[in-house]
Amino acid sequence: MEFINLVLIAPILDMAEYPAFFLEVVFGGLMSGVMYSLVALGFVLIFKASGVFNFAQGVFALFAALTLVGLMTGTMPFSLEKILPEFPAWLAIILTFLVMIGLAVAVERLVLRPLVNQDQIIMFMSTIGLAFVLEGLGDTIWGSEVKALDVGIPTGSFNVGEIQVQVFDLWAAGIAAFLVVVLALFFQWTRTGRALRAVADDHQAALSVGIPLKNIWIIVWSVAGLVALVAGIMWGSKSGVQFSLSLIALKALPVLILGGFTSVPGAIIGGLIIGVGEKVAEVYWGPLVNGAIENWFAYVVALIFLLFRPQGLFGEKIIERV
Amino acid sequence: MRLSLLRRTTSRRSPAADKLRACRVQKKNNQTKVRDVNDKPSLLSVNNIEVIYDHVILVLKGVSLEVAEGGIVALLGANGAGKTTTLKAISNLLGTERGEVTKGSIVYRDQQIQALTPSDLVKRGVIQVMEGRHCFEHLTVEENLLTGAYTRGADRQGIADDLDMVYTYFPRLQDRQKSLAGYISGGEQQMVAIGRALMARPQLMLLDEPSMGLAPQLVEEIFEIVARLNRERQVSMLLAEQNASMALRFANSGYILENGRVVMEGDARTLADNEDVKEFYLGISHGDKRSFRDVKHYRRRKRWLG
Repeated sequence: MEFINLVLIAPILDMAEYPAFFLEVVFGGLMSGVMYSLVALGFVLIFKASGVFNFAQGVFALFAALTLVGLMTGTMPFSLEKILPEFPAWLAIILTFLVMIGLAVAVERLVLRPLVNQDQIIMFMSTIGLAFVLEGLGDTIWGSEVKALDVGIPTGSFNVGEIQVQVFDLWAAGIAAFLVVVLALFFQWTRTGRALRAVADDHQAALSVGIPLKNIWIIVWSVAGLVALVAGIMWGSKSGVQFSLSLIALKALPVLILGGFTSVPGAIIGGLIIGVGEKVAEVYWGPLVNGAIENWFAYVVALIFLLFRPQGLFGEKIIERV
Repeated sequence: MRLSLLRRTTSRRSPAADKLRACRVQKKNNQTKVRDVNDKPSLLSVNNIEVIYDHVILVLKGVSLEVAEGGIVALLGANGAGKTTTLKAISNLLGTERGEVTKGSIVYRDQQIQALTPSDLVKRGVIQVMEGRHCFEHLTVEENLLTGAYTRGADRQGIADDLDMVYTYFPRLQDRQKSLAGYISGGEQQMVAIGRALMARPQLMLLDEPSMGLAPQLVEEIFEIVARLNRERQVSMLLAEQNASMALRFANSGYILENGRVVMEGDARTLADNEDVKEFYLGISHGDKRSFRDVKHYRRRKRWLG
């Protein structure tokens, strides 16, 4: 009885007692959820279009952020003598996007093309390799110290009733929402979007109806690069550009399992659920086990989902003909 | 080194096989005359191609065939005879399977096409409908059809018209428009695969075993439609089939492949009437002479494989 009271009733009473505080916790959770969603989105894009689980997506975000900071501060690659000017933020963002497109072309040429029609597990392993190569490359080119990133997203905070709202968080949410809407429309209604989904289903059949795999892959990896860039900017502005950024990829995994690997809205809603769940669990149930629930809560939720709904909330049904 | 070894073994022939070959050459000459009379220009001609997988495995050992403008040509043979490889060599889908054409040439409308990508070939009107249907399972039937029009760019009106055209040939697909292709029946999937290829406005369709895994009645239906497409849309067909009797009924001419080479060719009627073809491919034999035939059967079979 004591136990049930402690686990099920007391936390709920706490929430009801200070609703403003509860809302603030939820809001904080939503905001970190948006960040998870952004990373998860990159995974979903590549998975949808090539059936590859891109382990390097987190490193993509890191690499994009590193390049952006490098360009904005005029850092010379390979710590050579300084000749580069310091680019303004908007120009640096465009240049970084071009770099990500270049990266997409390189990945297509060097990794994907020789592996057409291979097993998914082989593709997956090649992206693990890609993650290590890129991480090393980022280190070599831009150096390994923690860097501050400021692209001019407004900061500060204001109060709504008793809840404090960070302006930066609102911007992050706005940008993420915009990206999602655009991508969802692109996948569902354009010729290229349809071709991307076709490629994800069956490489060979896509090839046989005349969809050029080469272009499709470059497009999708470029878009994933763009999403990585946005995620990199958001995370980098919030907590500095550092190598632990590539680890946020691991947080995206439970998000994907929850939302479904193939669903753009799933990635977003999954991210929000994980973000909120984490924070609420930490604040209200954390004290029962001396805290640190936040670190593993997402994975437990993912495990439960794998048991009961392996395709996630919004994932494509797993079609099996018998 | 390995390669030359392989070639040496394949070029070793028995006198019997030489005799057969002479026969065949003669037959071929007769045929060219027939073709001259009909005066149909050839749309596709495959000249003595050799295909090697993984740099070592020789699969096609000199296959030649012709598809006349507006014709239906059947490509018959047992499993592993090289039918699919021949089609994939033409549509250039071999690359993804580590196969390559190492000898010979493939000429389509007087141009060599070996070096073109599948996408370029589709743009020029050569499209393959792969064995086993290969629909995009998570796309709806209509979306599947639309992917076929990918190479045609933004020709909205034309694409919409062709979509209607596909639905008139396959009315069943119209009812299933919005269903996921993964959930429709095998026959409907085959219709989607053919319809999808049709959306590219092909001039030459390479059909790989459209009858696979379908009920006889449905096979009949699919073949009827293929024949109609050939008549009404002027799509030439190269049709790889196991179901020889069905294929020969609808085709104008045919080729029989064994172990990666053409062992017999001719117009469909001649092939269907040939005693050997009857026995080995159409399963027709005279029951009462069984015991004597078994001996001959063995000999003839061996000659076929030579």
